[in-house]
Amino acid sequence: MRGRVLLAAFLAFIALAPLVLPPFYVTLFNYIGLATLVSLGLVLLTGVAGLVSFGQQAFVGLAAYTTAVLTTQYGASPWITLFAGLAVTAAVALFLGVITLRLSGHYLSLSTIAWGIALYYLFGNLQFLGQYSGIDNVPPVTLFGWSLDTGGRSYYLIWCVTLAALIAAQNLLDSRSGRAIRALRFRSVMAESFGVRTASLKVVVFLYAALLAGLSGWLYAHFLRFVSPQAFGVNAGIDYLFMAVVGGASQVWGAVVGASLLTVLKEWLKDILPKLFGQSGSYEIIVFGVLMVLLLHRTRDGLMPALARLVPAPKVPPAVAPAAALARRALPPAGEPLLEVQAAEKHFGGLVAVSGLSFALRSGEILGLIGPNGAGKSTMFNLITGVLRAGAGEIRFRGERLDRLASSEIARRGICRTFQHVNLISAMSVLENVALGAHLRGRQGTVAAMLRLERAEEAQLLAEAARQIERVGLSEHLHQAAGSLPLGRQRVVEIARALAGDPVLLLLDEPAAGLRFAEKQALAELLRKLRAEGMTILLVEHDMEFVMGLVDRLVVMDFGEKLAEGLPREIQRNPAVLEAYLGGIE
Amino acid sequence: MNLDTVLWLVQDGISNGAIYALLALALLLVFAVTRVIFVPQGEFIAYAALSLTMLQAGQLPGTVYVLVGGGLLAAAYEIAAALRARATARLPRVLAFYVLLPVAIALLAWWAAPRKFDLWVQALIVLGLVVPLGPILYRIAYQPLANASVVVLFIVSMAVHYALTGLGLLFFGGEGLRSAAFSDAQFKLGVVNVTAQSVLVVLASVLVMLALWLFFTRSLYGKALRATAVNRTGARLVGIPAELSGSLSFLLAAFIGAVSGVLVAPIATIYYDTGFLIGLKGFVGAILGGMASYPLAAVGALAVGLLESFSSFWASAFKETIVFTAIIPVLVWRSLTSHHVEDEEE
Repeated sequence: MRGRVLLAAFLAFIALAPLVLPPFYVTLFNYIGLATLVSLGLVLLTGVAGLVSFGQQAFVGLAAYTTAVLTTQYGASPWITLFAGLAVTAAVALFLGVITLRLSGHYLSLSTIAWGIALYYLFGNLQFLGQYSGIDNVPPVTLFGWSLDTGGRSYYLIWCVTLAALIAAQNLLDSRSGRAIRALRFRSVMAESFGVRTASLKVVVFLYAALLAGLSGWLYAHFLRFVSPQAFGVNAGIDYLFMAVVGGASQVWGAVVGASLLTVLKEWLKDILPKLFGQSGSYEIIVFGVLMVLLLHRTRDGLMPALARLVPAPKVPPAVAPAAALARRALPPAGEPLLEVQAAEKHFGGLVAVSGLSFALRSGEILGLIGPNGAGKSTMFNLITGVLRAGAGEIRFRGERLDRLASSEIARRGICRTFQHVNLISAMSVLENVALGAHLRGRQGTVAAMLRLERAEEAQLLAEAARQIERVGLSEHLHQAAGSLPLGRQRVVEIARALAGDPVLLLLDEPAAGLRFAEKQALAELLRKLRAEGMTILLVEHDMEFVMGLVDRLVVMDFGEKLAEGLPREIQRNPAVLEAYLGGIE
Repeated sequence: MNLDTVLWLVQDGISNGAIYALLALALLLVFAVTRVIFVPQGEFIAYAALSLTMLQAGQLPGTVYVLVGGGLLAAAYEIAAALRARATARLPRVLAFYVLLPVAIALLAWWAAPRKFDLWVQALIVLGLVVPLGPILYRIAYQPLANASVVVLFIVSMAVHYALTGLGLLFFGGEGLRSAAFSDAQFKLGVVNVTAQSVLVVLASVLVMLALWLFFTRSLYGKALRATAVNRTGARLVGIPAELSGSLSFLLAAFIGAVSGVLVAPIATIYYDTGFLIGLKGFVGAILGGMASYPLAAVGALAVGLLESFSSFWASAFKETIVFTAIIPVLVWRSLTSHHVEDEEE
């Protein structure tokens, strides 16, 4: 309730500000709006997806220059050059994104600085861009015959666009694509194994941030009616990033907070510091630098979390609305060969983790993969799910080779997994974490999410997630942050997430670790039920009591090789297995 | 373009490239040991070059204020940490390094400035002024964040760059300065005129590289740094403190920066913010070399020097644009050959 009131107060303030404030402040607000747009892109790119760009000013500049040249030299209408500016920005961003986003994060950050400098000097030296003196007499935007030729008139255009962008970004984060984006930073491997194509998604987020910067550039050119390279120097890019970090880089409204704070602070410091030091110059960077270091020493979340505490979260979280069930995959008939591993090999340098391992899995059975610590079980898991690539051998699923496919492609074939080291997004609720498991069962993308055109599908995904959570017995934790649950429960969330993917083959990596006796029994019961429904399960586990009563067959690994294979009671009597587990008789 | 011009451009490119190579080595070293993308490396160059020029003019360089102020701040951090941990035994040594040493060097500079000593003596004073800034910066800005991700450390680097550039403007002013050459001699090598200054630059760079190589292969501390670069946790487990490795790598970086600054002062006009661009060219060199191998980084940096020198002849206005877009083909190639998905550490 208080959140709504605050939002309404903010909107009222924005609507009334130019009517009561002197022109100087209206102009300041225009700059804040323009900066908010750019730092909003950085909130998603840096705060959420973890990709740092110091080069957003280059995208602002590209769009600003495109519209300035086309309107002044070719007499084009600003409404046409809007699309031209965004197209140029998008083309450049797409190219730069594709070549840097597959590499480690610092490559992107370094190259953003590099192209920022390259473009700055290009703007400053090209004849037709007016070199360092820039381009003036850029026409104002005309809306229904009304010329937005003063700061006060531009104000409403700038802030309408900014508010729309803020709301669209918030919608995006609260959607199927948004959940995938929120996994990019710390949980790419997990997201891949639920079918998210993380590399392309990073490009999409990067493109989105660039387009917001381009939008800001177009508005800038027509509000100021003048463009010159100075506005698009490297420092502008650093300022934008600082705004996003100060505000709270993972929260949409942090962009407004950061942009307002730094824009006002800069204006004030520019006024006061030269008087203090008795000479002119941009000394505000000293203060910005020091503040930034101190802030990062204290918190990496910026100011927004502290501000958000002022607005209490609603006490009763919304119930998950009932929705039509999602379509399910047809399961193969029981007994059909499902997974065949043939002579799989994996070496890490000199260490042989898996060596010549072969086994097969038939549809509808539970196969246990056991072995002492370091036997290579988790490596085998990672080979099947495409997290690691086998050095030799073949892995086939329903006859098709898996061992050359990416994780996200393997997920598309109906293989879902849990992770031995819990791989949840701590800050996201249990419901959202599990809904990420159903990623491949939805198809609506980022644009639909921003415009809220995907609500029907979203309701189905959330309802499916809630159903799986109920199934594993965690309904009471639905809206709790996943990271706040005890470790044992988090493992169960992992199982619910895998189930939300509607798997043909379920891979469980030590699901019973950390569970209490009653919880283990419930889990075994659930797995039996799944088997009865026709699901196939591959289980890695240490708890022999749990395994022996549950699985149909066992494969025992030791030092990367298969030690034995057979029914549980045969394995229990196998001398080689006993020796590996209990030590040989000297 | 005749052969004379080509040879002259090559000479120019090699002497600039030698400096970029030094920087590329420092940047790789700091990155390998601390995971810090050390953008402020460039500020050491500007500070050293401007300090040298001010000493030549008989003025006290503003670096002394940064040095003493930074030292006091670092000491304050140390005292606070020692009190919190109730471990004050280390304090005298720490205070000697962060307070006594900077004050002593500042006093020396103050005494020496009006006396206009020989250029070589002044260069030594400049090293004394700039080198301690490395560990001081590490202590103040980076050590409290030693466990942060590469991305957070990168943002801190940009913040430190901001603060140091602003302080540079405050203490050196906005004017560009150029120092006198160590030697004005020129001699003919075949058909080309070689300046003694450029020979000195190349020679000094090679010497520093040689010294670094000896340090890393022969000395215990050098080996400790290499161990940290290979495996931080492992190094800590065998008793190499992370703070020491961090501090030491920043010391080396500052030393390399100071040497580069002294070398570059007579061959280019340096402004308070020139260091940023020079340092980034070191990064371009390191990226051209793949960000991993020291020899490749040095080769990459030489290529940057040559590219810069030839593009300033053909298209001088677009020199910077050309140099900084040179990383694109390398990035394309690297991204075509890389397939991994990785998670950032939390």
